[in-house]
Amino acid sequence: MAGDSWKLGAVELAAAIAGKKISCRQAAADALARIEALEPGLKALMRSCGDEALSRAAALDERLARGGQLGPLGGVPVVLKDNLCWAGHVTSCSSKILESYEAPYTATVVERLLAADAVVVGQSNMDEFAMGSSTENSAFQTTRNPWDVSRAPGGSSGGSAAAVAAGYAPLALGSDTGGSIRQPAGFCGIVGMKPTYGSVSRYGLVAFSSSLDQIGPLTRSVADAALFFQTIAGHDAKDSTSAKWQPGDVLSTVRAADVRGKRFGVPREYFIEGMEKPVEAAVRAAIARFKNLGGEIVEISLPHSGYAVAVYYIVATAECSSNLARYDGVHYGLSSREAGDLVGLYSRTRRAGFGAEVKRRIMLGTYALSAGYYDAYYLKALKVRALVKRDFDRAFEKCDYVLGPTSPTVPFKLGERIDDPLAMYLSDIFTISTNLAGLPGVSVPCAMVDGLPVGMQVIGRDFDDAGVLAAAAAFEKTADLAGRVAPAKAEVA
Amino acid sequence: MALERKEVEHVALLARLELSEEELTRFHRQLDNILGYVEKLNEADTSGVEPLAHAAASGNVFREDEVKPSLERAEALAQAPDSDGWFFRVPRIIDMGGEL
Repeated sequence: MAGDSWKLGAVELAAAIAGKKISCRQAAADALARIEALEPGLKALMRSCGDEALSRAAALDERLARGGQLGPLGGVPVVLKDNLCWAGHVTSCSSKILESYEAPYTATVVERLLAADAVVVGQSNMDEFAMGSSTENSAFQTTRNPWDVSRAPGGSSGGSAAAVAAGYAPLALGSDTGGSIRQPAGFCGIVGMKPTYGSVSRYGLVAFSSSLDQIGPLTRSVADAALFFQTIAGHDAKDSTSAKWQPGDVLSTVRAADVRGKRFGVPREYFIEGMEKPVEAAVRAAIARFKNLGGEIVEISLPHSGYAVAVYYIVATAECSSNLARYDGVHYGLSSREAGDLVGLYSRTRRAGFGAEVKRRIMLGTYALSAGYYDAYYLKALKVRALVKRDFDRAFEKCDYVLGPTSPTVPFKLGERIDDPLAMYLSDIFTISTNLAGLPGVSVPCAMVDGLPVGMQVIGRDFDDAGVLAAAAAFEKTADLAGRVAPAKAEVA
Repeated sequence: MALERKEVEHVALLARLELSEEELTRFHRQLDNILGYVEKLNEADTSGVEPLAHAAASGNVFREDEVKPSLERAEALAQAPDSDGWFFRVPRIIDMGGEL
């Protein structure tokens, strides 16, 4: 097992460490060796944390040697998306404006991971401030898809997805505002979960769009996602949008996965013009398997699905224009000081510090909130958002879960969409609605098409996160795609 | 284009973003294109629909007004581009010539 422990999932690895079959130090060393070998070709990480990981692992081994116990993630390597604050460490959001910013406090999810004795091995690349679907909007580097390095890993959590798919760590944290966990998970052939809004604390997540942002796990199996989710979820007084709710034993629910008698809704609007035919065929075949598992397939309608992307690009940009107003060159981060007056300081700092997509979204959001346009754009979008949510409320009278594709295409080529913002936005067409409605959604690998992964999405009622994972786990058993590590050929095309 | 260039310039000022001529031209075209797409929201009948700003139903969350430890001044100022040890220092803001 020594040398090969990076192939294990989190549940297995934690058990092997607790059973003293492998040391925490060995597990960390194996992960770091894998990172060192593949990172030059993949560029999934903003930075790795080798020395700190090894010394932390050594301390955990010492505790075990003295007869102590480890937490549920004892010795398991994890990767953090670079928008999660970790005291004393750079948290850059892959932006020049925060390039050397060191967080003065730690996000609740990171505190909970550390309390569960996980070992952080790296912080992952992302689209700047989580705005994008390919990591091409990172100010520093573009991550490659480990199944085909000429293709995008998805985004914005593309670094986290590529890292898990390539075996850097069995667990990574991402954030999902319109699909930023599920779409890259689908593209990289792994499991990605956007939990119910309010189920996981966002304290210490750098804000993008506060009514949509949610932190969640990326893993190579549904069981690992369940273990990870139950470790980070639950009420946190530091986040006023955190629900007074506890996840319970999600892993046991997932292990007992049984979908007999459950009704699975298939929205007719989720199989659209422009969807790649092999992707559609793969997802339809996957859906049919729920019937073999004893589930019932029902056709449903989500009639306002076609408006979701338009609603999203008003709501998310409006909120981002407000959230990103804090980057002013005064308190921390980049500061362009050659200027004379204060407006000049703000404007030149933001010109130098933000990339094109962030500027574009701040502009759009500012416009939508400005005098004379607020009613026409922002208020109208909020009303249509209510209709999108009502569609789901009605659908869940007829079914327990909604099934559909995660993305309309296989991973696209790098460079293919970067000059066409609207085409890039439309790659999130199936994932955005769940953020607008606050619902839990999981992308689970369902097929390979020409050597490229295809994801299927399972959506559930709010706070039925365990049920969504259980349905994904039941399917996973039929698909024989769980636990795979991508070939991650290091040579760059 | 439905969107006028001077509107784009005005929004950039509101957003405190200095843009180059090239950026202004590019964002003008792209924003006009995106807003054209967003126009489809007008096809949705929203009469009598209450706006939904937030999916969570929790509303306000209250707590006791107690003094608790928070970030120390030195820590809060540690990454300031300019500070006098007590406050964040900024350029002079009077005599701005009446602009915004």
